[in-house]
Order: sequence, then structure tokens, then C-alpha cells
Amino acid sequence: METLRSDPPLTLRQTGPGVVHLVSTAAGPLGGDHLDLTIDVAPLTSLSVFSVASTLALPGRSLLTVTARVGSGASLHYSPEPIVLADGCDLRVQVRLELAPDASVFWREELVFGRHGEPSGRCHTRLDATVGGVPLLRQELVIGDPATHDSPAVFGTAHCAGSTLLTGDLPRERHLADGCAVLPLAGPGTLVSALAPDTVELRRRLEWGERLADKTLP
Amino acid sequence: MHGDMAMLLLADSRLPAGGHAHSGGAEEAVRVGAITGPEDLARFLRGRLATAGVVTAALAAAACEVGSNPQPGRWQRLDAEADARISSPAQREASRTQGRLLVRTTRRIWPSESLETLAQAVPDGAHHPVALGAAAAAAGCEPRQAALAAAYTSVTAPATAAVRLLGLDPVLVHRLLADLAPALNDAAHEACVIQADDWSDLPAHAAPALDLLAEQHLRTEVRLFVS
Amino acid sequence: MSANHEDHHHAPDGHGRALRLGIGGPVGSGKTALVAALCRSLGPSLRLGVVTNDIYTTEDADFLRRAGVIDADRILAVQTGCCPHTAIRDDIAANIDAVETLEERFGPLDLVIVESGGDNLTATFSRGLADRQIFVLDVSGGDKVPRKGGPGVTAADLLVVNKTDLAPMVGADLTVMSRDAAKVRDGKPVLFTSIREDKGAHSVAEWVVGIVDTWQHQHAHTV
Ligand SMILES: Nc1nc2c(ncn2[C@@H]2O[C@H](COP(=O)(O)OP(=O)(O)OP(=O)(O)O)[C@@H](O)[C@H]2O)c(=O)[nH]1
Ligand SMILES: [Mg+2]
Repeated sequence: METLRSDPPLTLRQTGPGVVHLVSTAAGPLGGDHLDLTIDVAPLTSLSVFSVASTLALPGRSLLTVTARVGSGASLHYSPEPIVLADGCDLRVQVRLELAPDASVFWREELVFGRHGEPSGRCHTRLDATVGGVPLLRQELVIGDPATHDSPAVFGTAHCAGSTLLTGDLPRERHLADGCAVLPLAGPGTLVSALAPDTVELRRRLEWGERLADKTLP
Repeated sequence: MHGDMAMLLLADSRLPAGGHAHSGGAEEAVRVGAITGPEDLARFLRGRLATAGVVTAALAAAACEVGSNPQPGRWQRLDAEADARISSPAQREASRTQGRLLVRTTRRIWPSESLETLAQAVPDGAHHPVALGAAAAAAGCEPRQAALAAAYTSVTAPATAAVRLLGLDPVLVHRLLADLAPALNDAAHEACVIQADDWSDLPAHAAPALDLLAEQHLRTEVRLFVS
Repeated sequence: MSANHEDHHHAPDGHGRALRLGIGGPVGSGKTALVAALCRSLGPSLRLGVVTNDIYTTEDADFLRRAGVIDADRILAVQTGCCPHTAIRDDIAANIDAVETLEERFGPLDLVIVESGGDNLTATFSRGLADRQIFVLDVSGGDKVPRKGGPGVTAADLLVVNKTDLAPMVGADLTVMSRDAAKVRDGKPVLFTSIREDKGAHSVAEWVVGIVDTWQHQHAHTV
């Protein structure tokens, strides 16, 4: 690992060769913060990013920006625990992925619409992934907007939403199961998209799709 | 300028461009019981407008802009921006089919450089909002009018389909559509905020449920609608 | 930019595009049976394509594929969004797209048959889609149907009254049907068939060969 630099409230800890965990605040409550995470994966290297626990977005405005650049022949695995949107939160998440044409990426995001029994707070996420400068996936989600939160067109009756973007040498196959679809994108990548009533089911659905999207996954 | 008249023609469900056979996910939503009556339908339409509708409007507005100075490279770049915003292959196919039919129809109504260059730059069929914007430019519309037509058709198609499939009272359903007027205006407004050649920041609202419905629809044996 | 941008596909070898033949008529009258019969009779001599417009699913297309009367790839199914007459009359874009797709893939073709979804007596093909059209009735609807007229019965280039084998069973008088049809059709042809008994619908096939010949003769050198 070349550099690992973090300032509170965001703390990064190397937990193995090429493995980093987000700990402390970044993996705990998030309220009124502005967190910035920049990841550079040099050509031909690999990095995995996890978190020790789920992130709880607390009432108030918070901003989380993540930028990841993945070089030629490099691989990045990013699968932190879910973000839970507590009632009253107002979270903005912005993710930019700049990928080299032969970079391989596994990028998972999971959102939980409120703690048990409470309505969801607000959240607006945007992910922009480009491969060699060409757009691969641009996707915004707005959660907790009273105009749309219970729309059968958007999240239906789900309590959690998640997606995993995979790039690399993947089969271009479509798969579908209850609440989960494996969607080959127009460009070189696949999106696994899932809706679920709870986090356990969400993870199960995503993992089902991820294994079909990338048959080399365990 | 004859933009108003052209906008009405482009937004009319009687425009002979194949739109009548698309339900925008409503057929599958009806089949799986996600739309059973006017209340569900109202929520469906609102959600569709806030996601696919807003994105479609923005792309159509951008395309209308391109249509005033059309170049093959610009069409291809904008079409790629549309591609990146539609993750479901079923929806991409439906969008390209509709786009292809729309270009076929409108280039005979409004022969223009805008539509000819688009047909050449994206021969297998541009995405529907890109085609709609190009046609709007050809017909003398402003980007805002293109955006309105796009946002409007994004909700009228599923509304009409629901009337046909569930036998809903058409007057009641039109009332639901009328209730969407402020949201429709907002969508068109948002669509025109960014009008540079950098389209990376255009809205990209996703609707995971629509993606699932679209994929499932293709696997459903009895289908009356293309999408 | 040409203001006269006609959207007709022209076969590369210079003779005009295929004749487009619409086959319409009420539900269950025997449209698909007629398409299959024409494929049987004409398949050996004409280059064919078929477009079906189903109310439900792709049943007609599937039936034809199973019948094996024509290469399965040469059949395309169009969805009509609950409104079969809209797809052949008011908004023909998807049908034109399907016809041109067949011509691009397999062209040059001599004849593309477009079967409409079963509909009522007022459903006819737009001239923008079909160059000629056949309307198929069956005798079991009763011998009063031709008298009722309607655009399908009066305006089609050929009226086919099918299932004559059932006439005795349903008490339909074919002479009455023939006389009434002649009256409302202004001399345009009417043929009586039993596709059950004549699997090639030979009288209809002969009529089709005639219109294809005329079409090709007229359009051989136009561009
Ligand atoms: N007895 C008899 N039955 C026939 C004849 N021709 C067709 N049929 C039967 O009539 C039924 C309907 O025929 P189709 O060819 O499917 O009718 P269609 O007009 O294509 O029907 P739709 O596409 O559903 O509107 C089938 O069961 C055929 O086998 C005939 O000449 N005599
Ligand atoms: Mg049939």
C-alpha cells in the first residue's frame, strides 16, 4: 500500500495486504459531517475496502463524497456495510468512479430506509462511473421524498435498496429473481440491482446476482 | 416559430410513431398487482415522472439543443449519456425501438438536418428522448418544449395502458394526469437548467422497481404491450 | 434535405420492394389458417415474409412457426397494446418497422403478408401499410354478415368467406352471402374457401400470384 491517510472523523485501517477497513466515524454515526474519501488504485494492483459496521445517518445534513480511480489492470473491491437512513437525516452521497478500460471493479452500495419501525430519512445518492472517460453508469436515487417514496415505480414496498456495479471480463447474461436483476449495461459492466424487505434479504439477493454476474466470485 | 403546435403534435398519443404499444412498465405492474386502481396508479405515475420522466425530459432538451447544430459526434455522445442512464437492457431496447420508430415517422413530417444526421449517426435507433429532442428541433421547438413533451408522454403512456388493462374510469385517470401539472413543470424546468455541451451532470434518476418490472415483462408469456 | 423523403425500402437488385398484403377479419375467422395456406402454396415460388399482430402474446407467430410452413426467422410478431386496429390503421409505425426489418434481413422479397389481430368489421389496413388487403369472414358468423357491410367487407381487394364446410351445420346460405357481398362490393372479387379441406387455399393463392405479378410488373423499374 502506497499511502493511507485519514483525518477524523474518517479513519482508515489497513487490515491485510491490499485490504482497508473504514472504522470509527465513517463506520458509525454520520450527522452534520462532510466526509471525503479518495481511492487511487495504481495499475496492476488491487485493493479491497470494507467497513466494520453499518453507517447510521443521523438527523441533519451530511455529505459523503467518494472518488475512486482504478488504473489499468488494477482491481478494486468496495463493499462497506449498509447505510441506515434514520428518520430526519438528510444525506447526500456522491460517488465518482474513473476506471481504466481493463480495470476490474466490484462496487456495492446498500441503503436501509430507516431504523426498525421508523420512517426513512432523506437521502440523495449519485454514482457516476466512466470507463476510459466514456460514461458507463450514471444513477441517482432519492429516498424519503414524500412524492415518490411509496411509488410502485420506484421502490415499491421495499425497505432496502442495493446495487453492485461490476466491471471486468464478465458474461453478458441477464438474470432475474424475486427482487433482484442482473443487468448487463450498454458499456463494459454489469449492474446487480435489488430491492428487499430487510437487510439480510437484500444481501442475499445481491450476492445471488453478483455470483451470476461474475462467475469467478466465491 | 411554430413550436407550440409542434409540441402538441409530438406529445399527442395519436402521433403515428408506435407509442401506443408502450405501457412504460404499467402492464407488468398491473400483472403483478402493483397497480390495482387509481391510488396505486397515481403513485406509479408520480414516481415514474420523478425518475424516468425527469431523465427523459433532460435528454430531450439536450437533444433539441443539439438539433439546432447537429453533428454526428454530438448525437453519439448524447446517445451514450442516455445509455449510461438506463441500466435495464429491456428498457434500453424499448427506448431504442421507440426512438427508431419516432425518427422514421418524424423525418417524413419534418424533413431536416437534425433528424437526418441523427438517423445516420445512430443507425440502429437512437434512444427515445434523443429522437424526441431531435424531432422537436426539426419542428421548431425550444428545448423546454421538447422537455415538456418528453415528460408528458412518460406518464400518459402508462396512464392510457392502465385504463385499457384495468378498465379504470378514463375521466378519473385524466384527473390524475392533471394533478401532475406542477410536477411536470418542475421536470421540464430541471431539464433545462444545464444546457452546455457537458451532459455528464444531467439528471440520472433511477427507478429500481421499473427496472425489475421491465425485465420481468420480457419474460412474461402474455404481453399486450412492447414495454 | 429531400422534402420528398419516402420511407419505402427498395430492394438492392433494382426491382421494387415487396408487395405488402394485409389480411384482416374478425377473431377466429381463419386469418392465420389462410396465412399458413398461402405460405404452403406460394412458398416454393415466392420469397415471403410474415408479420403478425396479435391481441395476445405471439400466438399467431408461434402457430405459424410450429406449422413449419415458412422459415421461423421470416415471421415477426408486433405487439399492439390492446388495440389491434390501431396498429394496422392509425399508427402503423411498428408494422412498417417489422416489414422493413424482414426486407433488410431477407430481401429482396416478393411478398410480405401482414396478419392483423382479430377485430371487428370496421378494422381495415392503412394504405401506408398494405398495398392490397384481404378480409376474411367465416360462415359461422351467420350469412347476414356480408349484408352488414362495413369497411372490411366493402373495401378489401378480396373478400374471403372461409369455413364453407361448416355452412350446413350453422345453417348459412352461401348463395345469399355471395349475392349480398357482390352487392356491397361493387364487383370486387369474393372467394369461398374451406381451408380445412383445401390446405393450400388454392383459389386465394392464385389471386395473390396475380396481384404480385401485376405489382412487380408495375414497379420493376421505378425507384
Ligand atoms: N371447420 C373449419 N375450421 C377452420 C377453417 N379454417 C380455420 N379453421 C379453424 O378456425 C380456428 C381459428 O382459425 P385461425 O386461423 O386461428 O383464425 P384467426 O382469424 O387467425 O384468429 P385470430 O388470429 O385469433 O383472430 C382454428 O381452430 C382453425 O383450425 C375451415 O375452413 N373450416
Ligand atoms: Mg390469427
